[in-house]
Amino acid sequence: MKKTIIFSALTVAGFAAGAAAAGTLDDVKARGKLNCGVVTGLAGFGAPNADGRWEGFDVDLCRAVAAAVLGDGDAVEFVPTTAKTRFTALASGEIDMLARNTTWTFSRDVDLKFTFVGVNYYDGQGFMAPKALGVSSAKDLDGATVCIQTGTTTELNLADFFRTNNISYEPVPIETNAEAQQQYLAGACDVYTTDASGLASSRATFENPGDHILLPEIISKEPLGPLVRHGDDEWGDVVRWTLNALIAAEELGVTSANVGEIGNSTNNPEIKRLLGTEGTLGEMMGVDADWAAKAIAVGGNYGEIFAKNIGEETPIGLARGLNAQWTNGGLMYAPPFR
Amino acid sequence: MTTLTDPPKGAFRPSMLLYDSRYRSLTLQAIAAIVLGLCFLYLYSNVAANLRAAGLNISYDFLGNTAGYDINQTLIDYSSQSSNWRAAVVGILNTLLVAFLACVTATIFGVLAGVLRLSPNWLVRKLMAFYVEIFRNIPVLIWIIIIFTIMTAVLPAPSAFRGENPDSTMLFDLAAFTNRGVYIPGPYFTRGFGAEGNGALNWLLVIAVLLGSLFGTRAVTASANAKQAATGLRPNTLWVNLGIWFVPIIVVLFALGLTWDYPALKGFNFQGGLKVGGPLIALWFALSIYTGAFIAENVRAGIQAVSKGQTEAAAALGLRPRRVMGLVVLPQALRVIIPPLISQYLNITKNSSLAIAVGYADITATLGGITLNQTGRAIECVLLLMLFYLTISLLISAFMNVYNNNMKLKER
Repeated sequence: MKKTIIFSALTVAGFAAGAAAAGTLDDVKARGKLNCGVVTGLAGFGAPNADGRWEGFDVDLCRAVAAAVLGDGDAVEFVPTTAKTRFTALASGEIDMLARNTTWTFSRDVDLKFTFVGVNYYDGQGFMAPKALGVSSAKDLDGATVCIQTGTTTELNLADFFRTNNISYEPVPIETNAEAQQQYLAGACDVYTTDASGLASSRATFENPGDHILLPEIISKEPLGPLVRHGDDEWGDVVRWTLNALIAAEELGVTSANVGEIGNSTNNPEIKRLLGTEGTLGEMMGVDADWAAKAIAVGGNYGEIFAKNIGEETPIGLARGLNAQWTNGGLMYAPPFR
Repeated sequence: MTTLTDPPKGAFRPSMLLYDSRYRSLTLQAIAAIVLGLCFLYLYSNVAANLRAAGLNISYDFLGNTAGYDINQTLIDYSSQSSNWRAAVVGILNTLLVAFLACVTATIFGVLAGVLRLSPNWLVRKLMAFYVEIFRNIPVLIWIIIIFTIMTAVLPAPSAFRGENPDSTMLFDLAAFTNRGVYIPGPYFTRGFGAEGNGALNWLLVIAVLLGSLFGTRAVTASANAKQAATGLRPNTLWVNLGIWFVPIIVVLFALGLTWDYPALKGFNFQGGLKVGGPLIALWFALSIYTGAFIAENVRAGIQAVSKGQTEAAAALGLRPRRVMGLVVLPQALRVIIPPLISQYLNITKNSSLAIAVGYADITATLGGITLNQTGRAIECVLLLMLFYLTISLLISAFMNVYNNNMKLKER
């Protein structure tokens, strides 16, 4: 991992300039494969299953983009990245896009020169503690030892939270989610902090999930979404509108089951434009006319992907909450397809 | 290569640069230097051009910005409001601390194992061979993780010390061994300089007094040697030396008002006293036993390089084996041992960069880890890291070479 950082750091610029000039969309088409950066393993969001096939909420977005561009949801090379290596991997052109619970922040957008194309999960940082500890609020954590994934926004939020509440803590920086879980379970730290969705995902993999509680405080806003490099707007549009297509599909009632025929049978012009049976949206973007239909056919619309990977029926058990459609009181809102 | 005793007189012709053996090597070196320079120039301009194209620039301004994160082991004052530069200094000090501790213990382990590997006792010899082969041939990262995992799994969590009938109790009510680290009583001065008697000035004073005692006892030993050489009678220096060691330091510590701060379970953790963190212990121990195995081989090679006749001659004089080793063999073996020992010290310092595997906040974890990630200044951070490790390595090398020059056989 150290090697990757140093090597990529030295070659970062070389690739970045080349990739930006050529156009990522053309590169991906020529290669016939999408290089998609994902987590090294977080149940529900991105992890290889028993057969070695990558599955998860973020992984399905990679597959949808691959289907939209190449017509094949399996034409994806998944590149596992850690919190520390993800940005270098993207900047160096090792990956075409990053779909990996990454928080959209000002400095990442402006200073690191990345473009966040949207939000696929509205999250916030929370705390998990063993029930035996008898803690009911994060404000009771004065003097606690906190396990934390290093190189993430959580590190900064944590420092801010404890400073604002004028209480102290001891950080235990950990490289990956798996190690953090191990340390937390061994009692080497009192609480584990990361995005609330990540905590729920971790807790689901514990032997006795009932022994651990998520504290009520959510101490930050963490809009997680896919990102691409600055300066390649055509490629950014493809990823952005693929995500929007999945969100709009749920709102418009297009599912993986009916996506094959609804384009012809419906009277709704927006569905027709979305699925390419009317208008030239695909052509404008440089992909096939039925790009959105292919993307939706892979894993379903946004709601289906959510329910299948992290929804309340899964071990992760996350409620839709903020991530419901705007029509249902949530924040998921796709701009119009016209 | 032939050199002419009487070089032909004549004007210098350009073709001589290639055909005259006096100039040919210079020509080739000049060409090599130019090619190398061009390579570096190309690399630099490539990086600069590509950074420009990506809209980035090399800037070290981020070092002055607020770091925003906390560090679990800080030898100097640090808070999340300190600058990235201060975080880097905290990391540097942590790196130096673990490297220094590991160098000391690795040397002790190495010398012991190296000497014992040549022991006439079959069991001891084989045990040491086993230790050396096992630890040398498994990567140090794996040892660091193994030891850290064992520590966190075997030692109790602080919560085990809680309650009426706790699962674990403190050793003599003084020290607690937990999976977060070892808590021991910490000294502080009630009448010292600085806030709450924790100023560095107090410790500098203590170190100065100890150094004074050291030089004092050396002077006493020297005068005793002189007297013995002159009269043949050695005066008893034991009580004088003990006095020189203990009286000044006790007076100073009393004057400063030395008291101890005992660790006690408060809230989630032990509070008070000195905490030696679990990551530091794991890293320190792993680096020590791993490098100790290499040093053991250096020591064995050094001892075997000393002629067997030396041992036999010393034994014939009636010296016991321990004195033979200490007075005759090891001093001569040092000349062989020290040069490879320098490399081992360098290895320890460089291997300490694996600290992040156990969450120890060394320079690679602060500047090269969190700061790099939060600011995105990968090139700058990595260049600074390279500069730091290069400087440290060259310094260690320089100091050890001075020592080596003092120890090596002086031919006159």
